[in-house]
Amino acid sequence: MPLAYLLRRVAFMIFVVWSAITLLFFLPRLSPINPVRERFAELQRSTGWAPRDLERLVKVYEVKFGLNKPLHEQYVDYMSSLLRGDLGYSIMRYPRTVGDLIAQALPWTIGLLSVTTLLTFGIGTGIGALAAWPRSPQWVKGLVTPLVVLAAIPPYLLGLLLIYFIAFRAKLLPMGGAYTLGRFTGPELSFPFLLDVARHAILPALSLILSTVGFWALGMRGMGVTVQGEDYVTFAEHKGLSLRRIFYAYYVRNAILPQVTALALAFGSIVSSGILVEYLYGFPGLGSLLNAAILANDFFVIYGIGLITILAVAVSMMVVDLLYPLLDPRIRYTRA
Amino acid sequence: MAIALDPQAPLIAQPSRWTLVLRYLRRNPSLPLGLVLLIFLVGFGVIGSLLIDTSTRAYPLAAPPVQPPSAEYPLGTDRDGRDLLAVMVRGVLLTGAVGLMAGTVGIVVGTTVGFVAGYFGGWVDAVIRWLTEVLMTIPPLVLQVIIASTIVDKNKVTIFTMAGVASVLAWMGTARMVRAQVLSLRERAFVNMARLSGMSNLEIIFRELMPNMLPYLAASFVGAVMGAIGASFGLEALGLGPVREPTIGMTIRWAVYHSAIFNQWWWWVLWPVLALILIFASLALINRGLDELANPRVRRTE
Amino acid sequence: MTLQESPVLRVRDLRVTYYTDAGRVTAVNGVSFDLAAGERLGLVGESGCGKSTLALALMRMIKPPGRIESGSAVVRTEHGEMDLLALDEESMRKARLSVISYIPQGAMNALNPVLRVGQQMLDALQAHAPHLSRAEMRARAEAALASVELPKDVFDRYPHELSGGMKQRVCIAIGILLSPRVIIADEPTSALDVVVQRQVMETLQRVQEQLGAALILIGHDMGLMAQVTHRVAVMYAGQFVEVSPVQAMFTQPLHPYTQALIQSLPRLDNRGVFRSLPGVAPSLLRLPSGCVFHPRCAQVMEVCRREPPPAVHTADARFVLCHLYGDDENVAPRATLTTSPQEVRR
Repeated sequence: MPLAYLLRRVAFMIFVVWSAITLLFFLPRLSPINPVRERFAELQRSTGWAPRDLERLVKVYEVKFGLNKPLHEQYVDYMSSLLRGDLGYSIMRYPRTVGDLIAQALPWTIGLLSVTTLLTFGIGTGIGALAAWPRSPQWVKGLVTPLVVLAAIPPYLLGLLLIYFIAFRAKLLPMGGAYTLGRFTGPELSFPFLLDVARHAILPALSLILSTVGFWALGMRGMGVTVQGEDYVTFAEHKGLSLRRIFYAYYVRNAILPQVTALALAFGSIVSSGILVEYLYGFPGLGSLLNAAILANDFFVIYGIGLITILAVAVSMMVVDLLYPLLDPRIRYTRA
Repeated sequence: MAIALDPQAPLIAQPSRWTLVLRYLRRNPSLPLGLVLLIFLVGFGVIGSLLIDTSTRAYPLAAPPVQPPSAEYPLGTDRDGRDLLAVMVRGVLLTGAVGLMAGTVGIVVGTTVGFVAGYFGGWVDAVIRWLTEVLMTIPPLVLQVIIASTIVDKNKVTIFTMAGVASVLAWMGTARMVRAQVLSLRERAFVNMARLSGMSNLEIIFRELMPNMLPYLAASFVGAVMGAIGASFGLEALGLGPVREPTIGMTIRWAVYHSAIFNQWWWWVLWPVLALILIFASLALINRGLDELANPRVRRTE
Repeated sequence: MTLQESPVLRVRDLRVTYYTDAGRVTAVNGVSFDLAAGERLGLVGESGCGKSTLALALMRMIKPPGRIESGSAVVRTEHGEMDLLALDEESMRKARLSVISYIPQGAMNALNPVLRVGQQMLDALQAHAPHLSRAEMRARAEAALASVELPKDVFDRYPHELSGGMKQRVCIAIGILLSPRVIIADEPTSALDVVVQRQVMETLQRVQEQLGAALILIGHDMGLMAQVTHRVAVMYAGQFVEVSPVQAMFTQPLHPYTQALIQSLPRLDNRGVFRSLPGVAPSLLRLPSGCVFHPRCAQVMEVCRREPPPAVHTADARFVLCHLYGDDENVAPRATLTTSPQEVRR
């Protein structure tokens, strides 16, 4: 892939991330009231902070949310601290930094979401491809409607049902958490630990998978219907190719292209549902951290999670974008 | 060369119009199924409101706490003494209202933005595309959490605030769809004809383009309502919802907050989850049915 | 060309019906014809007359709600005769391309956009001649490309890198890759500009002659038919209404429909696409009684409204389906021809 194209795409990604972060900077300042300040004052009254810590927090707060400086100076401060990788201190877990908390939560989220996304994309695309394939048995085609209904249900709700029926009533799997707290003091690299984590991750993963498989199935089915009517698929049949070859190389291979584009666009909502499910299961990823931060009015952590997810989504979108031309020879690495 | 030619076989009788409609519905069962569900939900909310005084019974201290379903409280009560039947009746209506409000804002803004971007193109389109690209990189829930937690005072959230926050992103899907449609319609002959015959841009938009897009807009509106209900549910689950209103999402929030499952208060979780599932299922089926009706590409499947 | 030699393709009483929501549609209604090796048959008719359905039926590519109701299509190969319509699925798959091949209108979309041209040819060889080595396959594909006058490097190119004419040639190369006995070309040049059209048509004709295969050329373009084919079959509402040698067809068309077609050609040059006739083609859902053409026929008689017309074979090996030509065989036309004889360019 040409270096110039790569650089242009990276520059575009940085531009988009910068825009998003700037948007987040100005959002709270659109409102005449500033709940951050109000909450902060409330916090100051209700908790027994040591005056020195409080002073330090107030300083950080003023850099990020303070309204005593001119707007452009606030903005410069905000951006330069971000560039240094400084996300500030957590209010709820002071003196730990936001970066520290996120670094601890991030691997869980990445693990859960990457596995479920790959599985869902694969399974859903497969079902969708079969559903639109004229020679599929009727029951496969009939799968789509229930999957559409399933896809409409937020993973959080499915999660609640799974917790109730599978974890609470049937006691087949743990109700929440990422590992058995009594058995392990913390994450470690051992087989029993990984097995334990896998057991804990089944239900959160299942909630995400069940509710998004339909999305991919529906998309692939729509595209499959179009592609199987295309002349090149008909011609492949006229050529007497085996059905297997037609299915994979002529039908799926073409119908999957828009799915890949859709994947790039879906990262944002994947993160969103992931957050809710993690919170529901007390899975120690960004979702639980965000919930705790909301409860504690820990705005630095909320903002930190916002920034890190923006970065993650932007990078993922860019990666898909960069890989896409490998799948579709008609697209050249020419413009960003 | 011998060519045999039989007299033409008689054709079978033409099926009646009703048979055709029924056959179509059998092939596209989503729409009627979704509509039936929707009518049921609306009926539940409206008739329920007439029969039960939801303005008191759906709020705390109206009943003894955590009663399992009984003759007096058919769906049971929650920990704060809300009658869950009244909560469901009011919750379905409130949740629907949030969805409708945000969906309406979404479709109006989205259609306008999409038309402007698609029809005028150029820098307007570029700016709008950049904006959607930027918004696309922010996970919707994260954006809404930040808005809800920094602009709005947590304790003063109303269903109108919810609708407002939910509509921040509700326009994007519609805008993308409308833009793509306008781009393809713009190139068709009848628009060029209209242009040649001296119609103004606005006239072309409203006389020529709009009617062609109506089915898509209908599907898109349902999608926007669905997205808005989903968004507000996410916020409610995280505790950023209207704490004083018995929406379905808030009911679930309280049930989870008070560990209803662990305490074996299953009814507190089951009913609202069921209600939301029905709401989402009905909207999704309608959305799909409309899409199938509007889009001949999908119609070709069977 | 006479049909007395044993034909390479013998189609009898082919019927295809579509079972639609609106009712039953008979798209091909009892078509029979013979095709000799090396012969080029033109198949013309308005859109919707069933000519593409006929082609698909011969390829056994009719999809539900369509169904082949009856008939046979016997191909003579070096291994004996086979009835395409009686083969099981797997044998039919093998027969495609190797016994009977179909060349689509390839300029637009007939080639898989994500596979290189060479791979698409190798796919065909892999499906029909898996015993060949990779190198042999490649050699055969390149030979086929050369025979349609394409440069070697087309093998490694993607379809979007080729012009419309080149893509059409690739389709022809694929169509002849396994030396089929019968080639069906469905409007192979309709999306190309006139100069390229002519070149591609010449290529198709040359490779077909080299193979000695029979060619069924489907099209709208009467001028093209006049230049390329030996015989022309005129199709109307699912039936062959006339089959005549091309010269006779243009100088002395028998069926009133054929006459109208010939008449509607541009006067100065008989090259061109025929204009529409008065009236509209009948809905296949509600065919007229008697002769299906009678509502539009200039020479309609009372009997045409009541009774289906007889199949008439004339002494000069022509076929016509019309009441004008009596019931017994070998009759001279009773009607006076309304067309002035036109020069037919051959």
